[in-house]
Amino acid sequence: MLDDAPQPLVQVRDLKMHFPIYAGLLRRRTGAVKAVDGVSFDIMAGETLGLVGESGCGKSTVGRALLRLYAPTAGTVVIDGEDVATLSPEALRKKRPTMQMVFQDPQASLNPRMTLAAIIGEPLDEHTGWNAEKKLARVYELMDQVGLNRAFAGRYPHEFSGGQRQRIGIARALALNPKFIVCDEPIAALDVSIQAQVVNLLEDLQERLGLTYLFISHDLSMVRHIADRVAVMYLGQIAELSPRDALYARPLHPYAQALLSAVPEADPAREATRRRIILQGDVPSPANPPLGCNFCTRCPKVFDRCRVEEPKLTEVEPGRFVACHLVTDNMTGGHRPAGAEAPEHKQQGEVT
Amino acid sequence: MPDGAMPVLDVRGLKTVFRTRGGEIHAVNSVSFSLRAGELLGVVGESGSGKSVTMMSLIGLLPSPPAEVRAGQVMLGGRDLLHIPPHELQDVRGAKVGFVFQDPMTSLNPVFTVGSQIMEPLMRHMGLTRAQAADRAAELLALVGIPDAKKRLKSYPHQFSGGMRQRVMIAIALACDPDVLIADEPTTALDVTIQAQIIELVKDLRQKLGMAIIWITHDLGVIAGIADRVMVMYGGQVVEQAPVAELFANPRHPYTRALLKTIPSLTGERGARLQTIEGQPPIMMGEPVACPFRARCAHRFDRCDAENPARRPVDGAPVGQGHDVACHWNPEGA
Ligand SMILES: Nc1ncnc2c1ncn2[C@@H]1O[C@H](COP(=O)(O)OP(=O)(O)OP(=O)(O)O)[C@@H](O)[C@H]1O
Ligand SMILES: Nc1ncnc2c1ncn2[C@@H]1O[C@H](COP(=O)(O)OP(=O)(O)O)[C@@H](O)[C@H]1O
Ligand code: SF4
Ligand code: SF4
Ligand SMILES: [Mg+2]
Ligand SMILES: [Mg+2]
Repeated sequence: MLDDAPQPLVQVRDLKMHFPIYAGLLRRRTGAVKAVDGVSFDIMAGETLGLVGESGCGKSTVGRALLRLYAPTAGTVVIDGEDVATLSPEALRKKRPTMQMVFQDPQASLNPRMTLAAIIGEPLDEHTGWNAEKKLARVYELMDQVGLNRAFAGRYPHEFSGGQRQRIGIARALALNPKFIVCDEPIAALDVSIQAQVVNLLEDLQERLGLTYLFISHDLSMVRHIADRVAVMYLGQIAELSPRDALYARPLHPYAQALLSAVPEADPAREATRRRIILQGDVPSPANPPLGCNFCTRCPKVFDRCRVEEPKLTEVEPGRFVACHLVTDNMTGGHRPAGAEAPEHKQQGEVT
Repeated sequence: MPDGAMPVLDVRGLKTVFRTRGGEIHAVNSVSFSLRAGELLGVVGESGSGKSVTMMSLIGLLPSPPAEVRAGQVMLGGRDLLHIPPHELQDVRGAKVGFVFQDPMTSLNPVFTVGSQIMEPLMRHMGLTRAQAADRAAELLALVGIPDAKKRLKSYPHQFSGGMRQRVMIAIALACDPDVLIADEPTTALDVTIQAQIIELVKDLRQKLGMAIIWITHDLGVIAGIADRVMVMYGGQVVEQAPVAELFANPRHPYTRALLKTIPSLTGERGARLQTIEGQPPIMMGEPVACPFRARCAHRFDRCDAENPARRPVDGAPVGQGHDVACHWNPEGA
């Protein structure tokens, strides 16, 4: 490639991941959990794409399907030129080193009976024919990179704190020089004071090694810090995908607006005067999503068309993609249907 | 905030240790605070700093052994809860102090209906008949915003979502009209949009019922939005306490200051790098003889290693009533 314009390293098109539901004595298939239902996005080389949304909306499933930890129901996942979704087992094995995952719970993802050196070196055992000496040298190098003292190499995971265990998980993910890393809630299990350490480390490594991240999180403040662009998911689909600053300054999708307005801010004066959109009710089941727009059961701006026609993710401003009739109508100059106004904003927070 | 009003709850010098094979863990070390009628006291601190153990110690909810409440006084309604007979303490727990914990699923019994779990304390502590309790339970469910309350009394906990279960927990905690509601990370397991619903609900109930609330969280954003006063804990101790606006505007303890800087903000300037608090929390083995924050503190000096700092006033008001801090360092003098 000759030009400097960033190229997508990851291209996801219409990805679907449906988990079958079986019921009854005969375990007949009675339906499917549509955990991910038609998701498309690109991630540029060297970029961090944030993926946010409520629990159960499909974030982890997207991450796992991207790395072919699940076999996707439909769609393509092109990573560095190859469609991971359809690779043969052998080709997939060769591809694995280039794409890795960092998990939420560092405790659960580390084998308690292996030493730190063995844990970090395990991918090297599987994918290289290196001798012990060369492997240990690489393990030390990785420990240096993530800020773990080499003296810890012979210790076991339970001897480390949460933040240190997350460093171990990161070192392991880096072992084979990946290009792309899915970070699935890498800081959610850590204390606030430790979160910043891990996020700084991820950023340093990205800069030094040219890594590309999918950063899954429900912490919208942290995503604002780390991501270049952000995808907001709701019930298995992308509601909005926008550059970071644009999204936080002016979210366009009604769900993105509600989500951002719900995040509490560590500023009493702002909190006292903020207008908060309080969504009513709960997220519907992904086994039985509503017809039309999947947000229509909770959307403060819902109107008739939303209940019959599914909005498509559309580029409504350069680089901003939104799946909402209201937003696309405005863009194309179409008039606002009656009832689309009067958002049910609720004044929140009197000065206490 | 009702200044000078008589405290409904007054805790002095509370000390709780856990006896383990490795030695004694000093989980709560000389914690003192008071709560006035109608006030919301926010308690923040990292995990393991002693927030939960403090509150469980107050009302005898800790298993002993390994826990031992070694010293202190907990005054509620003219009585010291640390020195009343167990059956009386049980009454206090049911009727005077309501509790809401982080995970509503573990605190609700899966085999009983939601209704029967709300009715139980009403019949036991308030002497209501079954029919009266059922009516009151429906009222309470409606109060916490569960639609179709009367019908939903017959549901089981697993038929409710996480947010609805937390509403049920709040309904149970409120059943006997307690003087004090203790909420231990009540929204930590919930999504932000559901958290916003619960916070809204608690604000609303507070207006209506006027009870005093202790709200434990590690989320400074939540604190900023609901608390009147904030108590910051570190290593089993209260390291700082202040009215909420004062704490955010003028934090004095190096831990509070660092904590406020580590969280990225949702608006405003985006820093290139996050500030960190290097190092790890203390292990809390043995009687503390030095400042618990010293291993991570940027302002540490000789005295910090030799003497555990006592709380001292920052703004002239007596300790516990205005802004106070437990630190030897003086930012003005430095
Ligand atoms: N192996 C599976 N079998 C059946 N259903 C599944 C499976 N994995 C996930 N699901 C369902 O798919 C949906 C999306 O799950 P997913 O774990 O991707 O959510 P998430 O956005 O990562 O949530 P969280 O924020 O809680 O981690 C949920 O309804 C979940 O229950
Ligand atoms: N059952 C127990 N046995 C031993 N130590 C305990 C027990 N419960 C809590 N602790 C210790 O007491 C300290 C305070 O814990 P806790 O109050 O739960 O912290 P938090 O501030 O996160 O609520 C921690 O060091 C914790 O490890
Ligand atoms: S399409 Fe309709 S229901 Fe969906 S987000 Fe837009 S306005 Fe709301
Ligand atoms: S007493 Fe010393 S070590 Fe402790 S917080 Fe103050 S300055 Fe830091
Ligand atoms: Mg997940
Ligand atoms: Mg706790």
